[in-house]
Amino acid sequence: MILDAKIPSGPLPDKWNNYKNASKPINPANKRKYHIIVVGTGLAGASAAASLGELGFRVSTFCFQDSPRRAHSIAAQGGINAAKNYRNDGDSVHRLFYDTIKGGDFRAREANVYRLAQLSGNIIDQCVAQGVPFAREYGGLLDNRSFGGSLVSRTFYARGQTGQQLMLGAYGALNRQIAAGNVKSHPRSEMQDLIMVDGHAKGIVVRNLVTGVMTAHTGDAVVLATGGYGPVFYLSTNAVGCNVTATYRAFKQGALFANPCYTQIHPTCIPQHGNHQSKLTLMSESLRNDGRVWVPKQKDDKRSPQQIPEAERDYYLERKYPSYGNLAPRDIASRAAKLVCDEGRGVGPGGRGVFLDFSDAITRLGKDVIFARYSNLFHMYQKITAEDPFEVPMRIYPASHYTMGGLWVDYELMSTIPGLFVLGEANFSDHGANRLGASALMQGLADGYFVLPNTISGYLNQIKPNSIKDNDSKCKQTAIDAADYVHRLMSIQGRHSPDFFHRELGKIMWNDCGMTRTEKSLQNALAQIPQLRDQFWKDVRVTGTDLEMNPVLEKALRVADFLEFAELLCHDALQRRESCGGHFREEFQTEDGEAKRNDDEFCYVAAWQYQGASQKPELHKEPLQFENIALAQRSYQ
Amino acid sequence: MSMNLELRVWRQKNPHAKGYFVSYQAKNISPDMSFLEMLDVVNEDLISNNQDPIAFESDCREGICGACALVINGVAHGPERGTTACQLHMRHFNDGETIVVEPWRAKAFAPIKDLVADRSAFDRIMQAGGFVSVNTGSAPDANTVLISKTYADLAFDAAACIGCGACVAACKNASAMLFVGAKVSQYAHLPQGQPEHKFRVQAMVMKMDEEGFGSCTNTQECEAVCPKQISTRVITELNREFLRTYL
Repeated sequence: MILDAKIPSGPLPDKWNNYKNASKPINPANKRKYHIIVVGTGLAGASAAASLGELGFRVSTFCFQDSPRRAHSIAAQGGINAAKNYRNDGDSVHRLFYDTIKGGDFRAREANVYRLAQLSGNIIDQCVAQGVPFAREYGGLLDNRSFGGSLVSRTFYARGQTGQQLMLGAYGALNRQIAAGNVKSHPRSEMQDLIMVDGHAKGIVVRNLVTGVMTAHTGDAVVLATGGYGPVFYLSTNAVGCNVTATYRAFKQGALFANPCYTQIHPTCIPQHGNHQSKLTLMSESLRNDGRVWVPKQKDDKRSPQQIPEAERDYYLERKYPSYGNLAPRDIASRAAKLVCDEGRGVGPGGRGVFLDFSDAITRLGKDVIFARYSNLFHMYQKITAEDPFEVPMRIYPASHYTMGGLWVDYELMSTIPGLFVLGEANFSDHGANRLGASALMQGLADGYFVLPNTISGYLNQIKPNSIKDNDSKCKQTAIDAADYVHRLMSIQGRHSPDFFHRELGKIMWNDCGMTRTEKSLQNALAQIPQLRDQFWKDVRVTGTDLEMNPVLEKALRVADFLEFAELLCHDALQRRESCGGHFREEFQTEDGEAKRNDDEFCYVAAWQYQGASQKPELHKEPLQFENIALAQRSYQ
Repeated sequence: MSMNLELRVWRQKNPHAKGYFVSYQAKNISPDMSFLEMLDVVNEDLISNNQDPIAFESDCREGICGACALVINGVAHGPERGTTACQLHMRHFNDGETIVVEPWRAKAFAPIKDLVADRSAFDRIMQAGGFVSVNTGSAPDANTVLISKTYADLAFDAAACIGCGACVAACKNASAMLFVGAKVSQYAHLPQGQPEHKFRVQAMVMKMDEEGFGSCTNTQECEAVCPKQISTRVITELNREFLRTYL
């Protein structure tokens, strides 16, 4: 299979304009004839649905939550990047582009990332016009702060709740289109399968989470904006409902899944405290603007942090990466934390933690300034740990946070299935092997507000609208198959809850395919996952019935897909015999312990094709070409 | 240092069935667990005994999505101020304590199952006018309009609403004035909110009444339970903004 990314011609800065100039819009009077299905209503899904509605398309949205506003984009804390250069510190579209490519360890497509940087400024304009209350300076202009992996200050923020405010802006735009009758919203509806007709995506089957009824919904294109697969590790910073089902079912229908091994472990999360924990809580990377990360120089130092004198502290990020210091990128900061804990210098219960200390910043700036910057984060930390960060340093440890891999898409954000588009975290396109902080919100909104509305016509122009009805036999059959699958799960009546299997899977993945991986650990995982999956299909217990609200069944359906997807992730991690970004193979590192890429053999996107149940998926490669920047060893020293 | 608790939980099979309280034992609960993690443990027990677990809503479990909605010992989101149920930790309870858990109860929030209620009325109020009408692509440069930090901060304080509905659940009139006021206040303090001011306030208030939410009688219980501690000043502002539409 040849993966054609359909990159437009011309110099990098002109590609997006060239693309738009060459595209053929649809007559406004004809747009009403097209029905577009959008699954997921986070930043990418809501912004896409609203923008498509504004253009005049008929749109239906689906989300598993009780309201579109609850999608997990709402939890993003720190901010959103944009190359506005409002600070006069030398920022530019090219610099944001370069930082993102380098931050992703040279494993993303130049043209996609450049477009993202070009659109970043429009996003801020759009959100401000919607009434998003970004932080401002006393003069009335927008404020900025710094984030990891960048030497300029380009992050726009709304206290520690930037995701919430952007999400509510997009939710408002979506509501306006719902009120106008252009968008129909289906909350509490979870996608179970993709309807394929003659090789094209023509609709979805959803389970109504209140009644349990399966229904088919057809459209002229399907847009998946269903987020990432972070909970494959069980504990993650994701919401407990986040899942891989929509993208994995699309994979089983033939969409290629790209780079699943690129998973981001975020360095600043509250450490795990017990076996019944349901999630890990992120403490925004923005805290590293003012917090200093350290551990004791001695092993097993049980003194309280205040008792450890300055000379006996190791500010290891500042020591190892003097130019970026505490703002080293996420993958690097996470591994550095793991390393010092592996050396026995970790702090807190179990020794899996490092200090994030604000005392210098409090002395320098005063408590009020720090309070104004981070009050909600400090409050949240205190709620969870019963410790006050104004008095004692925070304790943090890395946790699964974001997944750079996702369904393969071309420049138009269309997957290998014609008519199936994939946006935001659900696709693989812009972050390479590691995402920089404050770039997820940027990508989700760029995809939804600006990219898809300009690229979807390319496909729609080629097809006849409204060619399939909800009661078509193919739709009926897909719905029957989905219901049969549910019945199979319910009939097992084994001994263990779906959560039991999810926790077991999480252990395998975290230990063998987590922050660092080896050939041996991956082979171990690949041996264990099928066994666990077999056990699941023999021994899972789903209580209640299918035709009612049944959270145990919802969970079982999601875990069943994670149990298959985990294997795909490990296959990808095993074949990539190099270290890059969030994928760190212990066999491949520099003398300083940094990730060692192998550009001669692995400068490609790994896109996997489903080959049937329990069969190893087939690998296809899209070579990455760097025409505008030179590949370099990524250094933050 | 684990705790044992007795729960009295509202069970209701479906919207039409009669509801009732059932007692459960929550054993070996760690004080570091969140309230919802404690319910997870109880549910794991119920599943292993082949009983239907307690249905309740949650998603982000970090206090921002607004999904969780429990009345704990008679108080929406429980005893801690400025805290959602998912961020409420068991260290705030005593070993041996009996805890009563109920769903949001309001005419406009119909029951669905156990502790799950239908809050889609909030979405419909927002659809009525909780937005600024600006199409994608038509925005001027973000720094074209200056906004004083004071007003931006006031707008933010109101915009922090997570739409959980605790304000309604706590109100003896099941009023949604804090929720509606929060959105109205956010836009009232921003220049972007001015052009549609009249339409927005009237449409949202009309929808709020139509959905069956009650009126405000200034008890201020809503502010006391609001996990984002949104001040009842937004209700004052809602009243002012509503009057202003007739000037």
